[in-house]
Order: sequence, then C-alpha cells, then structure tokens
Amino acid sequence: MSVQDMGRRGLTAQGLARGGAVDRRAILEATALLNAPGPVPAVEMAGKGGEFSFSIPTRVALTGAPMRAFLDDAPVAWNAAHAVRPGQRLTIGSVISGTYGYLTPARPIALSPSLGGVSAHLAAGLGRTLRTGDEVPLGNDAPPDAPPVCLAAADRFHGGMVRVMPGPQTDLFADEVRRRFFATEFRMGSRADRRGAMLIHDGQPFTTTAASGLGSDFIVPGDIQMTGNGVPFVLMAECQTIGGYPRIGTVIETDLAIVAQAAPGTVLRFAPVSLDDADRLFETEAVALERMRAIVQPLRRDPGDIGDLLRYQLIDGVTRGDDLERR
Amino acid sequence: MSKASPAILPLGQDGIVVRFALYPSPEIAGAVQIFFHEAVRLAIPGVAEIAPGLTSVLLRFDPAKTSRAEAMRAVRRIAAAAGENARAPLPLRRWTIPVAFGGRYGPDLENAAEAAGVSVQAAVKDLTLTELRVLAIGFAPGQPYLGLLPKHWDFSRQAHLTPRVPAGAIGAAVRQLVLFSNNATTGWRHVGQAAFRPFQPHADTSFPLQPGDALRFVAVDHNTFETLGASSTDNGGARCEILR
Repeated sequence: MSVQDMGRRGLTAQGLARGGAVDRRAILEATALLNAPGPVPAVEMAGKGGEFSFSIPTRVALTGAPMRAFLDDAPVAWNAAHAVRPGQRLTIGSVISGTYGYLTPARPIALSPSLGGVSAHLAAGLGRTLRTGDEVPLGNDAPPDAPPVCLAAADRFHGGMVRVMPGPQTDLFADEVRRRFFATEFRMGSRADRRGAMLIHDGQPFTTTAASGLGSDFIVPGDIQMTGNGVPFVLMAECQTIGGYPRIGTVIETDLAIVAQAAPGTVLRFAPVSLDDADRLFETEAVALERMRAIVQPLRRDPGDIGDLLRYQLIDGVTRGDDLERR
Repeated sequence: MSKASPAILPLGQDGIVVRFALYPSPEIAGAVQIFFHEAVRLAIPGVAEIAPGLTSVLLRFDPAKTSRAEAMRAVRRIAAAAGENARAPLPLRRWTIPVAFGGRYGPDLENAAEAAGVSVQAAVKDLTLTELRVLAIGFAPGQPYLGLLPKHWDFSRQAHLTPRVPAGAIGAAVRQLVLFSNNATTGWRHVGQAAFRPFQPHADTSFPLQPGDALRFVAVDHNTFETLGASSTDNGGARCEILR
C-alpha cells in the first residue's frame, strides 16, 4: 500500500521513470468523482485495503479494482465518493475483481513532495509503503461538500483483449514469432508488482533474431519484454528508464490498465494495432478526465444495502403533492 | 545505420527513439552525443523531453500540442544538422571527483588492468587522466555512464556477476565507467569507490550530473578517502567548475 499520483514526468534523462499509479484511469475516475480541478493523490491498495480513520471530515473516492468496503458497519459502494466523519471507520477488505484499488481523499494528501511529486517510487528510494499506525496528512482546504456520487467505470478487471502497438524492437522478432504471440492465450502470473507482470502460456517461448550483447535501450510502461528464456513480461509504472531485454511491442495506454488489473490467472490476449491506429487511439489525460466527469451521477442507495432500514427516512420518489407550487 | 541515417522508431504513443545501432560501440556513443546536443539546441516546440541513451536518443512529444508526423519532421531536421558536426559541443561544466582505487575499494582493479593489457599503475593513470563525459544516465536514478576510456579498455562485462557493489562503486567495461547510485549486482569490473553520490533524493540538487558534463576522477589514498563523507553539502568532496 502506498501513496500514488500521476507520477513525475520529465526526468528520463536523469534515469528516473514516471512511476505513479499502476492504474492511472482510477486516479482520473477519483478526480471526476471528487470534482477536483486536477488529478489528486490516492492510497494505492494491492489486493486488499485496510482500516482507515480520518481526523477531519472529508469526502473519499473509491475507485479501481472493486473491494469490499464498509463505513462503520454499512457497506459502501465502489466507484463512488462518500462523506466520512471523524469517529467513523472506513474498512476496505479484499478485492472482488482486479488487483489495485484506490482510496482518494477530497482534501488532497499533503505529504512533502520530493522531486515534484508525492508518489512513492520504491526502486528510487522515494517515499515508502504505508504501515499500520501511519498518519497521512491531508490538506486543510475543504472542497465544497457534495452529496454522494458514482460513475460506471470501464470494466477492466476481467482481462480480455489488449491492443499492442509496434515498438523499436518489434522487427527483431520473426513474422512467425509475432503471429504466434498474437494467437496465444496468456494468463497473468502470480508475481506481478509495480515494476511489471510476468505472463504464463502453454507453448514455445518467444525469441528474437538478435545476438547477445544487444544494446540496452529506453523502455516505457506497457512494453512487452521477452526475458532471457523468452517469457513475456509487461512493464508497469515503476519500471526503469533503460532495459536490456528485447520487446515485441507496447501495450497502448488505454489498455494498459487491463493488464495492470489482471489478477493471477486472468486470461489476456494481445491484438496488434498499427502505429497510425495507436496514435489515433491516444487520449490525453485532459480529454479522459472530461469524459469521466460527464458520467458522474448521484449515488442512490440501494435499500438492500442499508442495514437498519427503519431508522432512515426515505424521501426519494415521495412527493407532498404540491411540489410544483412550492418551486 | 550510421550517424547520417539512424533508425527513427516509435516508443509508445508519445515517444520516438532515434537509434544509431542495435549494438553499442564507441563510434555510436559519439553519434548519440552529437544528435542529443543538437536536439537540445534546436529546442523543437512540442517536444517535452529528450534523453540520450547508450545507442539512441529518446524524444517524447506532447500529442496535445503536436503530432508524431510533425515530431518526425523535427527529428529529420535535427539529424541533418547533427550530420554537419564532427563532434559533440564542448562541455558546460567539469566535475572533479575523488576516488579510492583498488584494494578493498576496487577489488577488480587488477583484473581490469590485466584485461586492458596494462599495469595497475598505468590503469589508474588512464582512469584519472582521461577527460570523461556523461554519456547517459539510467538503469538507476542519477546513475551516469561515463566515457570513453582509451581503446584498450574495450573489454566486455564479466559473465559472472558480482552480487553486490555498494553505492558509489565505479565499474569498468566497454571503454566506459559507471558510477553506481545504489547497491547493485553487476558484471562491470569494480575498480574504485567514490564518496560522491549521483542521486540524492532529499538534497537541493537531487541529480548533480547532467548528460554532456565533463568529469575527471582524482585518485586519493584510502586514508584520505575515509575522511570524505557522503554529505549532501559536500557530496564526497566533488567539485564542479562552470566552463561556459
């Protein structure tokens, strides 16, 4: 569990990769739910969450891999933003699907930035994982209160088809090898982490025509490396800036979350897209964020979720009959 | 591929890699430096980031501000301008960094000298008299690849890896030296140790070195070395001279 935001750009020449949230969509979804002006930092939870309390009132967005979540004893919806008050306990259990869930407070996480960001980048020695008892400071400015909201998140938690664009070393793989790669069904392995994810398949490894001593070159998240024994490894947010293994292509940005969120055993298949198509499919963060803001809607509580129903006055759908006159 | 016609390839939806060769060599290191400095000098609008590597230069463009086609046109302009240059521009800064060579600080110095075909004394002369340049920074934050040493230092990395060299270790291979940012497992021959740290996340200047900087190592005896702290104000006794 660690604090993650959209990462630190612009330091490739210094050997520091962007890092940030493994599922960047989830940060943008939280930003939309909280109606924040720009992306805000979150607590990234891998596989399971924890128990959280807040010393000041704030809204909190829950996005990414759906997890079992309770506010005190009442279940709370995922892909939604809720108000929490001091004295309440937000309990987030294990994932229902996917891998990485995100808890984002509306009062932004206010850790002192290092190198212009608050993301933990463990390989670089920036920040650290969160531990029981840690206090995470929040900003003092309280964004305006708002009723609970939700959005219909894109389902990226069950694997499926992932589009791959050509990269600098695609041509090092023979046509036959590439055809076989795109025809193969893969399963997510069990040792994925923030740096990357190894995939499992039945069948031959995927090897290149390159001799040993191939020069190490720039790598990016989404690159599909063939490690020494020809086993694919998809690079994730915390990969390095330069790597030595040959790469068959790069997962396009919108589809990378499907790989990032694939729990062990999840089936993945890859489909090639042309460079032109990949460029056309690129969506800036600003455009993606606007798209998400447009689908935020009020959260209506399902009566089945409310434990002590009789204590609540339900006013939805009930009218005094003179509403028009009262406007 | 050559200095005049590198391969221009995509890296992700906002990246272009200009690759001079698949396999590194001293000539390629030179071509990379020339292209990189020309790219920085031309300052193309919409290019958000430029980084030199060991065989290539990365350019990242902003798809909100420009297109790949536009960025590719810029790359071809840079390649044409770079083709006119015989060598990379002179350095802006020169670093002088104290190093303890050999013994417990450089257990591979003898076998590196042997691989280079020179005496240990001559090896240390090569390592301290060569004016090195920062060719690339990578594999770990701030970690510089320095070159080029004279031709007889063109030996490969070792097949058996040293399981752990400490932060500040200096490794030699392929006419280059690496100065490790963190503890590392490596095939580079461990010839010396610096108190200087090329990555200090909590200092005012987290990344003291820049690609293109000149750098000289100065040999100090082990007693002197042990008095050099790795403090952020002094950074292991390193000095930086602004040249222009």
